[in-house]
Amino acid sequence: MMEPIKPEKVQDIIDNFSEKPVYVHLETTNGAYASHFNEKAHNVGAFIRNAHVTYEHGKIISTGGGYRVGLKLELGWVYAEGLTDYEVDEHNRLLMAGHDEQGRLMVALEISETPFAHEADYHE
Amino acid sequence: MSDYKRVIVIFPHPDDETFGAGGTLASLVDAGSKVTYWCGTLGEMGRNMGNPVFANRETLSTYRKKELDEAAGVLGIDVVHLGYRDKTIEFEVLEEMVTHLRTKLEEAKPDLVITHFPGYAVHPDHDALGRAAVEAVKEMKEEERPDVWMHAISNETSEDLGAPAILKDISDYWDTKWKAIRTHLSQADGMVDLINREDQLERLKTERFYTLDQLQ
Ligand SMILES: [Zn+2]
Repeated sequence: MMEPIKPEKVQDIIDNFSEKPVYVHLETTNGAYASHFNEKAHNVGAFIRNAHVTYEHGKIISTGGGYRVGLKLELGWVYAEGLTDYEVDEHNRLLMAGHDEQGRLMVALEISETPFAHEADYHE
Repeated sequence: MSDYKRVIVIFPHPDDETFGAGGTLASLVDAGSKVTYWCGTLGEMGRNMGNPVFANRETLSTYRKKELDEAAGVLGIDVVHLGYRDKTIEFEVLEEMVTHLRTKLEEAKPDLVITHFPGYAVHPDHDALGRAAVEAVKEMKEEERPDVWMHAISNETSEDLGAPAILKDISDYWDTKWKAIRTHLSQADGMVDLINREDQLERLKTERFYTLDQLQ
């Protein structure tokens, strides 16, 4: 179960993933129905699943209401803003997400040493 | 007795069957139809994670699959998973999907296919899978071709397409539909939100479908 981010703890986990090849899932969305229910709204979203990267170091920064995470790559960056909750799951993956007041996901950043599943997870 | 012995429902997400056609499906089952839902994806990129949140991006598919099994039990239908990935259907090769669906339809021999109205179904997955399903039916031999009912969602639907050919007052099956909606627990909050809007509740109690001759 996800819980509110504990920054010191998350920083430790980010440090542990540094300087080794990891898989990243990065995503942001405002939903596929935004402009259906409000014609002035604009659907926005992006995701990348299983980006295979190695980061030199990463940091989690508090913004008061939530957190930003940046991972420094040899040739660039991975960045997410608005993260509020985290979990280390049974596969030792760091899952972070930002939810709105109705529990809807707005942003996610996940780091894993093994690829994220392409199919449904039947493990439970 | 139902006019339709064998009904195949083709939508991309767990909950599309309930939301768009739940009452109709329950009434078809009641009348003796065998109904199977060919569910395109597991809805694993959905935004609703339960309220309070209980799922995450990696566990959502497992929850939604289980929720769909329960909803299918409520509606009395079977489920087959097509194995596409949420949000990506429009990027698949259309011809490959059409062949995939046509081959399966030739095997299943339905007399009715229910899917989304391509271009009027709001979510890109709805439009893309609806398009593939309609093309698949068109490719079938005329004597094997099932009837097609297409669910449209877009705000421009009535203005552009006129009145739907099939209008199902599902008041008698509202309790069943409501129960099926509640089984989609991870998504239910988003749905119940809608139901609190008068106009949307009315929409949910009357299910509308366009037929192939209404396709533009
Ligand atoms: Zn859908």
